Amino acid sequence: MASALHIARSGLDAQQTRMSVVANNLANVSTTGYKKGRPSFEDLLYETVNQPGANSSQNTELPSGLMLGTGVRTVATAKVFTQGTLVQTDSSLDMAIEGRGFFQVLMPDGSTAYTRDGSFSMNSQGQLVTASGYQLDPAITVPAETLSVTLGSDGTVSALVAGSAQPTQIGTVQLTDFINPQGLQAIGQNLYKETVSSGAPQQGTPGLNGLGLLVQGSLEGSNVNVVEELVNMIETQRSYEMNSKAIQTVDEMLQFVTQTL
Amino acid sequence: MDRMIFLAMSAARQTMNGQAQAANNLANANTTGFKADFDAYRAMPLFGAGHPTRVFALAERPGVDFSTGTIEMTGNDLDVALNGEGFIAVQAPDGSEVYTRAGEFRIDANGQLLTMDGLPVLGNGGPIALPPSQAVVIGTDGTISTRPIGQEANTLAQIDRLRLVRPLDLAQVVKGADGLFRQKDGTPMPIDAAVTVTQGALERSNVNPVGEMITMIENARQYEMAVKAMDTAQTLDAEGARVLRL
Repeated sequence: MASALHIARSGLDAQQTRMSVVANNLANVSTTGYKKGRPSFEDLLYETVNQPGANSSQNTELPSGLMLGTGVRTVATAKVFTQGTLVQTDSSLDMAIEGRGFFQVLMPDGSTAYTRDGSFSMNSQGQLVTASGYQLDPAITVPAETLSVTLGSDGTVSALVAGSAQPTQIGTVQLTDFINPQGLQAIGQNLYKETVSSGAPQQGTPGLNGLGLLVQGSLEGSNVNVVEELVNMIETQRSYEMNSKAIQTVDEMLQFVTQTL
Repeated sequence: MDRMIFLAMSAARQTMNGQAQAANNLANANTTGFKADFDAYRAMPLFGAGHPTRVFALAERPGVDFSTGTIEMTGNDLDVALNGEGFIAVQAPDGSEVYTRAGEFRIDANGQLLTMDGLPVLGNGGPIALPPSQAVVIGTDGTISTRPIGQEANTLAQIDRLRLVRPLDLAQVVKGADGLFRQKDGTPMPIDAAVTVTQGALERSNVNPVGEMITMIENARQYEMAVKAMDTAQTLDAEGARVLRL
């Protein structure tokens, strides 16, 4: 059958993928620590119908051949790790990272995941856990009868316990960095997993070795730009329509053949 | 059977090829750095005995439209758009130097600068590798400097320079089967210091969707005419057979 049909179909597929990414970005416009995705497209292999430069006679050659493209494909949907806006929440257990780095969390299966979402709370043992209940690693336990918790920008956590005049240090929050954060695998729940392409995790103290500083009582908002996404959406919709128009045109051509002959 | 039907068939077949071309341009209307393909038809005379009437059609891709696509600001450090003419050199899987206008790069776990489909980006000293860095700055002449992780803002290290080239004659540049550009004779393009880039921007596809839609309508009508000619040939043949039956 006509290859134009399949080429236009690949265009529809690509626009559909782009629409999903745009919709996901828009849906997460107020998700804490969300990083926007960006699809990237590439033209598919070309099919050589007539070889350019082939001899048309012993002494002459075809000046240009016919190489038909076969459509488009999505090569990657990369995450864009730009800084999101910091939102003041005044909750003492909320932390935002200003700069590079991820919080390390311990998954229920014992593996490690990474997140930029610093909306921590306490579990029944007083340990700091994410909104999904996963423990912060290294673990920080807030003692009972704590009046207030203070987080330094370098990750030092101290607690003022009732009956004591001086706050005591109860642990430090460490950050983890990757050489290529774009290579991390997003697994949902605002979490990322290490991959071969992200490089090995390097844990360190906030503020040192290029890691960002921590801000207490703030959360990092999503880095989605709503206007940009809406423009992308318009563009996607129109491209989709044009590709479906191409399918319709080819279909009408084939219909004409079957009805005329 | 009359020869006419074969001529009409060749027209219809080649028009369908033209339609595939237009569909491919449309499908890539959002592909970064994509350059639209032109389409054209050529007369291929094939004269036999009798009157010289048989001229077949042959669809061709005479070249690529090298006009600049729209520049979109993305703000991403590893995105570069070429200002005006020129190409960025990347390394094909077979080790040869090929060229692209899609400056959408990423790095791998070893810090190597790659295109989105994993081809190493070439600098003046071979494939470019970036050290772990806090910020990457790509100057207008393609010079890449980074601020190494944990260093002060005044310690920018110059890493390499993107190999920006400009062919002597754009007519000698062809698009390969992988969508990347090469010179017809296989020689590398000369490095040109006048080619400049903008960081944080991408060049979009230069396909004119409205133009492609019109090409498709034109092709569709031409196709219908060819099919109509086939129909006429069929009728003529049937009529001829009927006359003989009398």
